[in-house]
Amino acid sequence: MHVEVRHLDKHFGQFHAVQDVSFSIAKGHLIGLLGPSGGGKTSILRMLAGLESPDSGEIIFHGKAVNHLPPQEREIGFVFQNYALFKHMTVFDNIAFGLKVKKTRKEAIRDRVSELVELTGLSGFEHRYPHQLSGGQRQRVAFARALAPEPQLLLLDEPFAAIDAKIRQELRTWLRELIERVGITSIFVTHDQDEAIEVADEIMIINGGRLEQKGTPWDIYKQPSTPFVASFIGESTIVDEIGQLKGFEQPGAADYARALIRPEYIEIGLAHEFRLLSATEKGTVKHMHFRGSQWMVEVEVGANRLITYRSLEKDTLEVGQEVHVLVHRAYLFNDQESWIAENALKADPLSVFI
Amino acid sequence: MRRLWITLTWLVFSILILIPLVVLTTGAFDEGGAGFVQALSRPEALHALMMTGLIVLVVTALNGIFGIMMGIYLVRGTWLSRKLRQLFNSIVDLPYAVSPVIGGLMIVLLLGPDTVIGTFFEQIGFKVVYAFPGMVIATLFVTFPLMVREVMPVLQEIGTDQEEAASTLGAYSWRTFWQVTWPSIRWAVIYGTILTVARSLGEFGAVLVVSGNIINKTQTATTLVYQDMENFNVTAANGVALVLAVFSIGLLLLMERAKKRKEVL
Repeated sequence: MHVEVRHLDKHFGQFHAVQDVSFSIAKGHLIGLLGPSGGGKTSILRMLAGLESPDSGEIIFHGKAVNHLPPQEREIGFVFQNYALFKHMTVFDNIAFGLKVKKTRKEAIRDRVSELVELTGLSGFEHRYPHQLSGGQRQRVAFARALAPEPQLLLLDEPFAAIDAKIRQELRTWLRELIERVGITSIFVTHDQDEAIEVADEIMIINGGRLEQKGTPWDIYKQPSTPFVASFIGESTIVDEIGQLKGFEQPGAADYARALIRPEYIEIGLAHEFRLLSATEKGTVKHMHFRGSQWMVEVEVGANRLITYRSLEKDTLEVGQEVHVLVHRAYLFNDQESWIAENALKADPLSVFI
Repeated sequence: MRRLWITLTWLVFSILILIPLVVLTTGAFDEGGAGFVQALSRPEALHALMMTGLIVLVVTALNGIFGIMMGIYLVRGTWLSRKLRQLFNSIVDLPYAVSPVIGGLMIVLLLGPDTVIGTFFEQIGFKVVYAFPGMVIATLFVTFPLMVREVMPVLQEIGTDQEEAASTLGAYSWRTFWQVTWPSIRWAVIYGTILTVARSLGEFGAVLVVSGNIINKTQTATTLVYQDMENFNVTAANGVALVLAVFSIGLLLLMERAKKRKEVL
């Protein structure tokens, strides 16, 4: 289902939860609403479902405004954060609930439920009660229940929040495949960027009730449109005086700007590891943290402390060691605008000097 | 020391409950089984027991319906402001704090034959005070908090998630109530019902004031016991009192069993 939202606004008492949010979602896409807790993600989701009503703005499904429609008539499926399974009903009855409401024939209900039980890998658990299931299984019952009446739009509120890390990983992949197979437009809320990046076709970053940016995970990573997005996605270090770093000394632009540098924008190593030694500058290793598959290195360059990663395959650095640091690019911003600056020295071809 | 406390507890328990029960039983049978039967088969005794039974039936039904509704509105009624709900919530407890006699008096002052409302009802041929409706209202006043207070915490605990889930699956409020909310609050309603029955069986003060205690008309079992005592008809008083006591104890035992069954589920 094609979903469009125009100028959505919502207050809870004095609290401005959602502020002038507009977006549209193409049919069949899987969208992640990502942002810090209390940012308004869940409020947006609940307004789409009709569980909250917006103060102003329009919600349009298939080109028709649905603001006045109750949740019962919006043809949506909703998966709650804590699943909200009907605890006195068996798995079968939970999944069949939406179909019974629709007055589907008995045989059709049985067929549809067994199809969903198959799809969600719950075979053999049809007659269990929710309290007899594990977290992951409850989660899947919640999916099956939401999908049973064949909704046009699937809404998921923090679907993996209550599941332990290992199973969460499996469920993510499973969910992604399931949604692809069913081909249903879906929106899920999360505060976990890895989850959003891994699962979603497109991400919407929500902060302080506003939509900061909407785009594919790659676009958002590469071209963050606000400092908040830049700092929220991926890891980063904020540098106050970017002009001090070699290659970023351009006059004017850097004067009022602060910079945000991701670990992967920085290369660190011994002199012989660089092809363009002229673009690097000296720094001192301050800390080494072992991160399982690589080293996280804190390095001091002038007054700035930068963070980067180094492969375990390369020579191990030591704390206090002098190293060369190459900053490939930085994300610069001031109060009005933001832009990406490449290292000026790196771009200079050596041949000019020969 | 511990032994002393145990003995003391038993002592208090005996003085307050056991000994009166034994005295009540022996008193009821001090003229033998025949005296007991005769006390109960007096026309005024049969009528009084029937009145009590009718009041219990009507009050339990009304209190069931309105108690559950009140509980739902107080917990879920977001259309009422928070302050208003808090106010109602404290008013619900009023019958606990106010003496039943005063409760009865309020009803007489409000609906009695000398008042505007009372006169109005009397003119359309509906006597409230010194008649069955007034007694039902008085008993309702006394028992009202029982159902609400049983249902509210359960509603708060289950939250709105399951109900919201039902609404996104297409169910409207009637179906949602019976298929989702009701199974969760069922046991609370059963407790509330048992407490209401027990309380309305034993209600005395409010009913005495409102009914006028007219023999064979508005006399209930408790007010009959009172009248028998006034007339020094101790055996009869004990007999009726014993019937009431047996019913109440039976109900409370039933409630204990119900609790056990719930734990099994």
